[in-house]
Amino acid sequence: MAKYIVRRILTAIPMVLLITILCFALMHFAPYNAIDAMTTPKMSPETIELIKAKYGYDKPLFIQYLRWLNGILNGNFGYSIVTKQSIAGDLAVRIPNTIKLVLPAYATAYILAIILGLLAGSHKNKAADKVIDGISSIAIAVPSFWFSMLLIFILGYKLKLLPIVGMHSVGKEASMADFLRHFIMPFITLTFTFLPANVKFVRSSTVTQFSEDYVLVQRAFGASRGEIMFKHVCKNVLLPIITRLGMALQLLVTGAIITETVFGWPGVGPYFIKAIQGMDYPIVMIILVLSSTLVILGNLLSDILYCITDPRIREMG
Amino acid sequence: MEEIKKNDDKILSAQNVHTTFRTHGKSVKAVRGVSFYAGYQEILAVVGESGSGKSVLMKSILGLMPENAEVTADQILFMDKNILEMTPEQQRKMRGKEIAMVFQDPMTALNPLRTIGFHLTEVLKRHRGMDKRTARKEAIAVLEQVGISSPEKRLDQYPHEFSGGMRQRVLIAMALCCRPKLLIADEPTTALDVTIQAQILELLKKLQDETGMSIILITHDLGVVASLSRRIMVMYGGLLMEEGLTEEIFYSPKHPYTRALLQAIPKPQAGDRKRLEPIPGMAPSLIDPPDGCPFAERCKFACEQCEKGIPKYRVYSDTQRAMCIFSAEELDARERKVD
Repeated sequence: MAKYIVRRILTAIPMVLLITILCFALMHFAPYNAIDAMTTPKMSPETIELIKAKYGYDKPLFIQYLRWLNGILNGNFGYSIVTKQSIAGDLAVRIPNTIKLVLPAYATAYILAIILGLLAGSHKNKAADKVIDGISSIAIAVPSFWFSMLLIFILGYKLKLLPIVGMHSVGKEASMADFLRHFIMPFITLTFTFLPANVKFVRSSTVTQFSEDYVLVQRAFGASRGEIMFKHVCKNVLLPIITRLGMALQLLVTGAIITETVFGWPGVGPYFIKAIQGMDYPIVMIILVLSSTLVILGNLLSDILYCITDPRIREMG
Repeated sequence: MEEIKKNDDKILSAQNVHTTFRTHGKSVKAVRGVSFYAGYQEILAVVGESGSGKSVLMKSILGLMPENAEVTADQILFMDKNILEMTPEQQRKMRGKEIAMVFQDPMTALNPLRTIGFHLTEVLKRHRGMDKRTARKEAIAVLEQVGISSPEKRLDQYPHEFSGGMRQRVLIAMALCCRPKLLIADEPTTALDVTIQAQILELLKKLQDETGMSIILITHDLGVVASLSRRIMVMYGGLLMEEGLTEEIFYSPKHPYTRALLQAIPKPQAGDRKRLEPIPGMAPSLIDPPDGCPFAERCKFACEQCEKGIPKYRVYSDTQRAMCIFSAEELDARERKVD
């Protein structure tokens, strides 16, 4: 098992490198570049050359890439073109804010999905299943920005129960109650966003398991519905679900871009959107690299979790 | 002719079993009125091609049919208890304990994420109320009984570490755990290769001798049952076409279908260079089964009369009867004419 895990980690490294190359190249081939963002049409060509030289844009492409990569590896993510602030410093504030929102939402959605999915899957085509599956199908199609607008309109505007923007009220940064009041609406939106796909996944996984031969065999040996559910099906259903945890890793950074933007939550979302609008290339690139690296790490994590939980894979390699 | 009676020499007897599936507004009549019995300590073979209703019949009796299936019968007696009058809970408690079943495909019959030991001890704990440690001991003993070497080590292994033949042994061990009175083996060797088939059949025979349980062996291979069973039931199109002692079926088959089946068995004796005779045509659709004898359209003796209503049984001996409008003598005479 250790051998397998080591091998998976080793294969992940070139993947990450490939992603940095891809991100860098994509940004380079975009119609505008960082120089366009920093210069104005009124500047003389000499000034523009000077700016290019200052930021290393006069060097060959691969040198630019290597310097950029070297920076990332040393934790130097560069500086925002617009605000001149350190990106690493900004992210150090932004990412925890996003995690504060995404983690509880995902955890809630995940647990609810397991309960609802098992319930629906084990009662296939019965009333409980039809209600749960039907609502999930509708919920998958509901855009999160629309849902958050709806919440804002009802809870924030009509009933005036909750603040509609930000993470804290001015002057109440230390108040937990104030944080929670701000937290509720984006939390509900996100939970609602993550929930339906997970419910559907758990449900279909449960339905598949119930149609397996071993369930019939268990029935033939006198196992009750409960025994089949909790001693057999549950474990087999949970296996693919655990691996979904790994896949969700990148959500911790980019899982709430729209919701955060709608609610003005000071996380990665508005930061990313603003960077795109302001052609702030270093920020866009770093966030791209970060989230795609997390996808790879997440996959790795899934594989390791699978390896630990599934005896058939545990034996391999 | 099927008067309901109690019979002390029969472990299982069923009268007029019907099983109908309902899907998408259509109904599939998989079993259409079958009466049969299995005696104490006997091996009864149920033979028929795919879709003849043999598996469905046995699953119906055990209450293992999916919810869209409807099972009716005049009576199903297991050791003088009427299964039809049991609550689902009572039926569940009977399954695995008094009647056990072994299935066709051992590769998928075990939960891949549970150890062999888990499968066995669960059954022991459930039906014999054993605690964990005694159950483990018993499980080791049962594995030994079905011929699995170093059972103690094997107990902690997962199904994927077993070959097909070994998994079938594990399933048979599961079935033996509670010393059932009746074992239903649903094509237990179909998914295995030939040498392993023989081993599994031998094992079943050995276990039957040792424990004295009754076995109902479902198969589509008449050759398999020849040496094993005491009696044979031949099913076709959801009906019981002929039943009789093994010798009666092999040496004096009465029904044209049984005769055709026997002619389709390869006989690799020296000098026998006759071609195998396949039965032409296909099994009838069970969605809209023919009004008459289901075999009529493939039968070389068929006449108009055959398509008008299901024929009555002709009784040839205490043990043999066949569902054909012609008697054996008439068929013999016709056979000579055809040839």
